[in-house]
Amino acid sequence: MLKVTALQKIYNGGASAVEAVRDLTFELAEGELVCLVGPSGCGKTTLLKCIAGLMPPTSGTVELAGDSVTAPPPDMAVVFQEYGRSLFAWMSVRANVELPLKEKKLPKERRRELVAQSLEAVGLTAFADSYPWQLSGGMQQRVAIARAVAYEPKVLLMDEPFAAVDAQTRADLEDLIRNIWQRLGVTVLFVTHDIDEAVYLGERVLVLSSSPTVVQDDITVDLPAERDQLTTRQDERFTELRARVYAQIQQAKNSAAPAAAH
Amino acid sequence: MSQPTHTTERPAVQAPAHPPKPRRPMPLAARILLRTAHVLLLPAVLIGLYAYSTATSGSYYTPTPGLIADAFAELWFSERLLVDVIPSLIRLLTGFTIAAVTGVCLGVVLGVSKGVRATLEPVLEFLRAIPPPVLIPLMILLVGIDDSMKILVIVSGCVWPVLLNTVEGVRAVDPVLADTARCYGLRTTTRLRVLVLRSASPQIMAGLRLALALAIILMVISEMFASSSGLGFAIVQFQRTFAIPEMWAGMVLLGLVGFALTAVFGLVEGRVLRWYRGLRAANRGE
Repeated sequence: MLKVTALQKIYNGGASAVEAVRDLTFELAEGELVCLVGPSGCGKTTLLKCIAGLMPPTSGTVELAGDSVTAPPPDMAVVFQEYGRSLFAWMSVRANVELPLKEKKLPKERRRELVAQSLEAVGLTAFADSYPWQLSGGMQQRVAIARAVAYEPKVLLMDEPFAAVDAQTRADLEDLIRNIWQRLGVTVLFVTHDIDEAVYLGERVLVLSSSPTVVQDDITVDLPAERDQLTTRQDERFTELRARVYAQIQQAKNSAAPAAAH
Repeated sequence: MSQPTHTTERPAVQAPAHPPKPRRPMPLAARILLRTAHVLLLPAVLIGLYAYSTATSGSYYTPTPGLIADAFAELWFSERLLVDVIPSLIRLLTGFTIAAVTGVCLGVVLGVSKGVRATLEPVLEFLRAIPPPVLIPLMILLVGIDDSMKILVIVSGCVWPVLLNTVEGVRAVDPVLADTARCYGLRTTTRLRVLVLRSASPQIMAGLRLALALAIILMVISEMFASSSGLGFAIVQFQRTFAIPEMWAGMVLLGLVGFALTAVFGLVEGRVLRWYRGLRAANRGE
């Protein structure tokens, strides 16, 4: 479904050119929920921007359903970390969700249906006429998720979407994502720096190395499909997986330190 | 890695279904009365002081408020309203509108395109440095002494604050929001309308506000040269014919026109920027 091959990104700055991403190759099957986790500053956001078609890679390719991605593809929705800056403050919640659908030229009836369904899914039906700035941070991020869901993408990219919300809201939102993923069968690539979150959410966890970034490990999360904040996190297998990812990241940090020093 | 705008939840703003209305500790009538008192108190004091000083000095050039009021009523509730005031206002609003549209359109182009900006900026800086009133002699030669000259003078001064503010506003569009617009496939026209113009609207409105004040000044100045009608013309004529209370009445009318235009502008701005005030208040944690 989503195929990243030998992706490399160098930020040009003459002598001080920075190689953010060195050589990334991985693939997401249709309907998979994959978490991408790595030490901070490992180029997760760079990678995501390349995949989203917002930034051209220096070399390598991104393919979505067999088509090469050079501009933001129509079947992809992105949820950014900065919820406060990714919503249109001058539009109501409803208008924010509906805007991309209008651009897709969907008929009014269908738009109304999709907006209602997606707001329902994130529990914001009562707030359709509010403005984003009248909502709490977690609710704003829900609006962004509702907008992505209503867009009916084949692939959903999420760039540390819960990094800026509090722990309780975060747990709720994690369950919301699992729920939406299971119901819609959408392919999800979820970028995070939180190891617990990656293991809890993902069917697979890709561990990235420090910058310049490569895929360090590819771990299948063999936890049951129904996950629960309390029992899953106490599960022995969860702890094992968590420890493995943690070890990988520690190793990534240490081994890559000299290379990243300049 | 980019940072979020706010890093914590804001439980205080617990998301009302409707925009929060301010609490009303007082009945409406009392509030209106208090507001009126706030607005009128200082003007009343100033007029009182002026009345006192003119009554005691008796100078011919500073007539008492009563004389000015009489002249005001006699002058402006007559056909002079049609001959001087209305044409002035039409020129003012025409010039302001042309400047606003030109400033915003050119500003968007300049704000979006680095190349255009680099090419035009030196020329624009030079043109901006020319005080509009010195263009009047040239414009009289080029376009004559009719309305178009006066409107051109107004435009030539008013366009700059709108243009420069629009450029700044357009350049300051949030990159995350711009990425969002691209991801969701917003077309160029939608992006301009929904993203660029709206997110630059606080700066654009600030520019328009400045331009409006300039427009009034330039309207008067343009009418002081080679003119046969208009408020500026009338005031100069009164002064030359020693119709001093009438001259004062003209100045008062200009003040009132400016006040009224600013008030109307404030109402429009309040509507256009409602989201912006709300957003700022939310970010301050109110």
